Amino acid sequence: MPIKHPSLHLERMNGAIPAWRGRITGEDLQPICQNVCDGGGRLVALWGSDERAQGHGFALHVVLVNENGLVCLSVPLPAERPSYPDISRIFPAANRMQRAVYDLLGIYAHEGNDHRKWLRHAAWHSGSFPLRKDFDAAQSRTEDLDNYPFVQVEGQGVHEIPVGPVHAGIIEPGHFRFSIVGEKVLRLEQRLGYTHKGIEKRFESMTLQQGAKLAGRVSGDSTVAYAWAYAMAAESIADTTPPDHALWLRALLLERERVANHLGDLGYLGNDVALSFGFAQFWILKEQVLRNNATLFSHRYLMDTIIPGGVAVDLTVEGKRVIEQECAMLEQQARILRGIYEEHAGVQDRFIGAGRVEPKLAAQLGLCGLAGRASAQSWDTRVQFPCAPYDKLDVQMATYRNGDVAARVIVRFDELFESLRLLRNILVNLTSGDELARPLDQLPANGFGIGMVEGWRGEVLVAIHSDTEGKLTRVHPHDPSWQNWPVLEHAIMGNIVPDFPLINKSFNLSYSGQDL
Amino acid sequence: MYQILKQIVKTGIKTETPPQADEAMRLQAQRLQQEILDVFRGALAIRQVDAGSCNGCELEIHAVNNAYYNIEGLGIKFVASPRHADLLLVTGPVSRHMEVALKRTYDAAPEPKLVVAIGDCACDGGIFGESYASCGKVSNVIPVDVVVSGCPPTPTAILQGILTAISAKK
Repeated sequence: MPIKHPSLHLERMNGAIPAWRGRITGEDLQPICQNVCDGGGRLVALWGSDERAQGHGFALHVVLVNENGLVCLSVPLPAERPSYPDISRIFPAANRMQRAVYDLLGIYAHEGNDHRKWLRHAAWHSGSFPLRKDFDAAQSRTEDLDNYPFVQVEGQGVHEIPVGPVHAGIIEPGHFRFSIVGEKVLRLEQRLGYTHKGIEKRFESMTLQQGAKLAGRVSGDSTVAYAWAYAMAAESIADTTPPDHALWLRALLLERERVANHLGDLGYLGNDVALSFGFAQFWILKEQVLRNNATLFSHRYLMDTIIPGGVAVDLTVEGKRVIEQECAMLEQQARILRGIYEEHAGVQDRFIGAGRVEPKLAAQLGLCGLAGRASAQSWDTRVQFPCAPYDKLDVQMATYRNGDVAARVIVRFDELFESLRLLRNILVNLTSGDELARPLDQLPANGFGIGMVEGWRGEVLVAIHSDTEGKLTRVHPHDPSWQNWPVLEHAIMGNIVPDFPLINKSFNLSYSGQDL
Repeated sequence: MYQILKQIVKTGIKTETPPQADEAMRLQAQRLQQEILDVFRGALAIRQVDAGSCNGCELEIHAVNNAYYNIEGLGIKFVASPRHADLLLVTGPVSRHMEVALKRTYDAAPEPKLVVAIGDCACDGGIFGESYASCGKVSNVIPVDVVVSGCPPTPTAILQGILTAISAKK
């Protein structure tokens, strides 16, 4: 049992990762969260659902994690004035999630001190809530302009630089409000939600199979992680396990996604400190990985390769040889490039000390994933909760204490080499010609399942609720960027404005994944 | 420095031949005169606008800058402001939250200008479609000259779309 509390009765959920679920009342929410927080646990995700069609009111769902596993707490709320006690004072990362839950469902956190809107700009009225089942899109439409109360910094010589939503580079849209004095950043405030395109509502009109494609497009750079987490949630509800061969292939695909993204980021981090050589070199390597993906799996980014019940692609003997050769080439080239980065005085001068997040702050704010591991937050789903086939792979976690851009570069290099090692191990264990999937056509009625996968950026969670006919009634994809965006606001403090692109890139967070 | 130069020499030249223009990608008849197109062909400035995509198309737009596709070798470069741009490269279904920003970006780009919509979502709304939060395809919000389908389209297709936009209609 992962956590103990007198009024908490947990039942073990089916599925690949250790997870428990329990119903609690609103009064027990804060004490249980405090208990988990004191024990070193974290908040993973928070979302709401409209259960009025089932004769209930609304519900709030909170997923917490500690070293024993995941705990999903559901808090039933009344249909009229649904509210629950604020938990952002225990887990600061809850702040934006709670505000998003209000914007989408009208469930609010009482006692909270920040009730500003988050995902809603001006596309719909403040009194209407898109994820309520009786939401009327036409009636709720507005043509107003967004009006958002940014926190003002006052003082002699302080001024603001507004940036975005359309940025200078090839990057997703978001607004950054810098309060600066001279070149030094006093405060950064983010305003996200620009790419909110109604993903969660879209899921509700989809079949299980269509939903798998949509899950793979929540954040295009993490398509494998989302598709796997979605499939894992569906398999948890149906209580099925994909064939072994499919699980090995999933791990192969996930590690290839990590390799491609880390190569791309390492190239851009060189570019951002004026070493365009780094960009040219790493992107040649990344392109070769993408081309092999296209040849072997028919998609450069591996979209739609994972389906509920298994996988949609296989690897031939020839394909294994291609990947073996690719791994050897990448290992050799990346070692040369790492040497060049580490010995380049200009690069190290920009990397070291920039955008530092101390381990203590990282723990307090719940920094997770790659950026968390660079600030001594040793969480990696593949290590703590190794679902098959990771239980046979003995993943070595890369952690570092410095918490600066240099640390996030080192963690990327270490994870790149570890993924290459894992890929070779996977190839050894992969026997071709086995069953690829036990296809899952329909979910059982009134089911609830979660899946969690360590994507390249961090832990990706997908939760699925099915209705009385087994259809998707609520799907919540959760990106680790929810936790990490607010930490970026702290990382930039005291740095100079021209270092922001570098620091931002070193986190490389998703806009689409958190805007939904 | 020696290591860097050695690595550059060992890597060699990776750049491949660019694709030909494809008239099938054109959404509306070429509006620009030959003289303007001739100027664009040697030095085109692009402003990329993500109007709500999943970031998949952006990955491929980054890739057209890599050594294999080498878009800068064709005299085409990405610029930081729409005021410097000849062409807007727009991705995504246009989210309602990006509608105003996209219109303003379009207005800020000086005439004559071209718009290329990148990806299935930009062409027809894609998997996200039209909803309370999405305006769907790019041409629902601003005029579009050329569309490049794909989820995401390959770098070659993106390059082809850009080259089509600046080629005269035969």
